[in-house]
Amino acid sequence: MSSVDFPVEKFRFGMLLSDTRYRSTSLQVITFIFFVAGVFWLVDNTVKNLALLDKDVSFSFLWMRAGYDINQRLIPYTNDSTHATAALVGILNTLLVAFVGCILATIIGVFVGILRLSKNWIIAKLMSVYIEGFRNVPLLLWIVMVFALLTEFTPQPRAFKGENPDASMIIFESIAVTNRGTYLPNPQWGAGSIWLILVFLVSLLGIIIFRRYAKNIQKNTGRNLPVLWVSLGIFFVPTILFYFILGSPVTLEYPYLKGFNFKDGVHIRNSFIALTLALAFYTSAFIGEIVRSGIMAISKGQTEAAAALGMRPNKIMSLIILPQALRVIVPPMISQYLNLTKNSSLAIAVGYMDVRGTLGGITLNQTGREMESMVLLMGFYLTVSLLISSIINYFNRSFQLVGK
Amino acid sequence: MKKSILFGITAALGLSAGAVFADGHGSTLDVVKERGNLLCGVSTGSPGFSGVDDSGMNVGFDVDYCRALAAAIFNDPMAVSFVPLSSAVRFTALASGEVDILARNTTWTYSRDTDLKQTFLGVTYYDGQGFMVKKDLGVNSTLELDGATVCIQVGTTTELNLADYFKANNMSYEPVPTTDNAESKQQYLAGACDTYTTDASALHGTRINLENPDDHMVLPEIISKEPLGPLVRHGDDNWADIGRWVLNALVIAEEKGITSANIDSFADTADAEIHRLLGTGDDDILAMMNMPKDAMYNAIKATGNYGEIFERNLGASSGINIVRGVNNSWTNGGILYSPPFR
Ligand SMILES: N[C@@H](CCC(=O)N[C@@H](CS)C(=O)NCC(=O)O)C(=O)O
Repeated sequence: MSSVDFPVEKFRFGMLLSDTRYRSTSLQVITFIFFVAGVFWLVDNTVKNLALLDKDVSFSFLWMRAGYDINQRLIPYTNDSTHATAALVGILNTLLVAFVGCILATIIGVFVGILRLSKNWIIAKLMSVYIEGFRNVPLLLWIVMVFALLTEFTPQPRAFKGENPDASMIIFESIAVTNRGTYLPNPQWGAGSIWLILVFLVSLLGIIIFRRYAKNIQKNTGRNLPVLWVSLGIFFVPTILFYFILGSPVTLEYPYLKGFNFKDGVHIRNSFIALTLALAFYTSAFIGEIVRSGIMAISKGQTEAAAALGMRPNKIMSLIILPQALRVIVPPMISQYLNLTKNSSLAIAVGYMDVRGTLGGITLNQTGREMESMVLLMGFYLTVSLLISSIINYFNRSFQLVGK
Repeated sequence: MKKSILFGITAALGLSAGAVFADGHGSTLDVVKERGNLLCGVSTGSPGFSGVDDSGMNVGFDVDYCRALAAAIFNDPMAVSFVPLSSAVRFTALASGEVDILARNTTWTYSRDTDLKQTFLGVTYYDGQGFMVKKDLGVNSTLELDGATVCIQVGTTTELNLADYFKANNMSYEPVPTTDNAESKQQYLAGACDTYTTDASALHGTRINLENPDDHMVLPEIISKEPLGPLVRHGDDNWADIGRWVLNALVIAEEKGITSANIDSFADTADAEIHRLLGTGDDDILAMMNMPKDAMYNAIKATGNYGEIFERNLGASSGINIVRGVNNSWTNGGILYSPPFR
C-alpha cells in the first residue's frame, strides 16, 4: 500500500482571491468594506458641509410652532400647532389620497382589463385607447389637467348668488359643485343613531349568514336561491324601517352659501379630487393590463369546460377565471399600489397639502432643515411602502393554490 | 413643479455628496471668477422684478442688481446665468451652492438670518404685504375678508403674515397654496380664490399685466413689513461684502447724481468720495475686497444708479408706475441711506 501524500498547501494571502474556497467570502468582505467606507464618506462629508454653512443636524424644529395654515386637516391643527403636527396632517392627507386612489384604481382597472378582452370590437378598442392614453402621458400632466378642468369649468361660489343665479346646486339642492371643491351634505348623528348603526351592523351579519345558508342549499340540493335580491332586502329594509321607528335620528346638514363660500356640508377640495382621480386613472391603466394578462394566463380549456357545464359567461368569469387569475394578478398589483402612493407626492402641483407639501415643503422652507426633512420624508415613504407590500403579501398567500 | 421635488432631493444629496463646494479655502469670488459667470437666483417671474423680454433677455429690478454685480466683477453685465427659483426652493438652492447669490424679492427676517444661516446684504426695496381683489367682489378693506379663500405662495413670509393677521383680527380664511406667481394668478383669475396676497410691489406688477387691470384693485391695507434684498449663504464674509457694497454703490451714485450717462464727467470732481467710489483717485480701496479698482464704475456704467434701475423696471417708464415713496434716497425724503464709501 502506498499512499499518496497530498502536500498540505500552506495558506498564502493570494489564495483569498484565487482559491474558490475563499473567494466568495473575501469578495463579500471587500464589498462590505467599500459600502461602509462609502456611507462613512457621505455622512462625514455631509456633516462637514453643513458645518461650513454654519448648520447643524437637529430635529428640535419639529416641536416648534409651525405658524402656517393647512386647508385640509383630518386632525385638529391650527397655525399654533407644531411642525410635527403639521407633518402628521400631511401624512394623513397622503394616506387618504393613497387609500381612495388605490381603491378607485383597482375598481376601474379590473373593469378596463376585463372589457379590453371583450368580443365587442368597439368596447375593446375604446379600452385600448384608455390604457394607452393614460399610460403614455406623464402623470403630472394628467394631475394638472384634471385640476385645470375642475377650476376652469365649474362655477365659482359667487355664481350661486342672487335671484337668478348662473349656477345651482344639484340633486335636490343638496350638493354644490364649485371651482373650489364639491360640498356634500353632512350627516348629523342625533340621539338614537347608535341603535340605527347597530341595526345596520346586524343586517350585515344577517346577509353573511344568509349567504352561507344559500351556499349550503346549493351544494346539497343544487337549488339556487335569489341571493342578490334577498341580500339587498336585508341591507336596506330593516335600517330604513328603524330609521323611522327611531324618529329620524340621522339628519343631513346641507351646505349653503354664506359670504364668500359655502358653509356647513363636507368640503371635498378640488385639489383632492384632481389628485385622486388623476392617480386612479393613471394607475388603473397599468392595473388593467395586469388584469388582462392575468386572465389570458388562464388556459382556454377552463372557459370551455365551464361552458360545457352550461355556465353563463359572467359566471365563468367571476367563478372560474378571476379566482385563478388572482394568483397571477396580485403580486404585480403591489408595485402599482406602491407607485400610486409614491406618485401622490406630486400633490404640490395642485396645492394639495400632503406630507411632501407640509413637512417637505413649507416646514422645510420655513425652518431651513432640508437635510432633516428629507430624511424624515424618505423614512416615511419607505415605511409605508414596506407596510403596503407586507399586508398585500399576507393576503396573497391566501390566494395561492392549497393542495386538497 | 416636479422640479421642486427633484430640487429637494438634489439639494439633500448636494449637501451630502457635493464636492466640498464652499470649502474654507476657495472663496466664492474665486469660484465665480474661475467659472467666468455669476449664478444668480431670481424668481420664476414677477413683473418688474424678474422676467424675460421679447428678445429672450432677462430683465427686472432683481435681475439688474445681479447685472451690476457681474459688471463689478467681470466688467460685463452679461456674465450672469439666471436661475429661476420658486419661493419654496430658493433657500435650499442657495445653501447647496446651486446659485452664488439670491436676488429674488426675499424678505429679510430674523429667522432667515439666524436659523436659515443666510447673510442679507441690505435692502433693495422696502415693501409690505397687500391683497388684490376683483372690484366686483365689493370688498374695500382687508377687514371685510372674513371667510374668504386666499391664494398664497408656499414657503414665503406671506403665508405666515396671513395666518397672524387673520388670527389677530379674529377672522377665518381658507388658504389655497400655490408654487409660483403664474399659478396664483391663474387660480385668482378663475375665481378659485377671492383674493391673492403677496408683496404689494408684486401685486402692482401683476395687476398691470392682467387683461383688464381696471377690474382689479389692491386693497389699501399693508399688513406687514417686507424689506426685500439680496442674500448669500453664511461663511464667506468677503463675498457678502462685495454684494453689499455694490448695492451701496448704486445708492450712493444716485445720491451724488452719478448716472450711467454722465459717469465719465466726474473725473475732475472735488468730491473725494466719488473718486474713491469710481476708482478715479490715487487710492485703490476696492482692493480691500479683492475687486478691481474700477469695479463700481463698471457696475454703475452698466446698469445706472439705483434710481435708474428703479425707474426702468418699476417706475413710470415700465408701465408699472410704482411711486418711489420710502424707496427714495434719504436726500429726497426716502429712507435709502448708504454708509459712507471710505
Ligand atoms: N417677500 C416674500 C414673498 C416672496 C415671493 O414669493 N414673492 C412672489 C411675488 S409675485 C414671487 O416672487 N413670485 C415669483 C415666483 O413665483 O417665482 C418672501 O420673501 O417670502
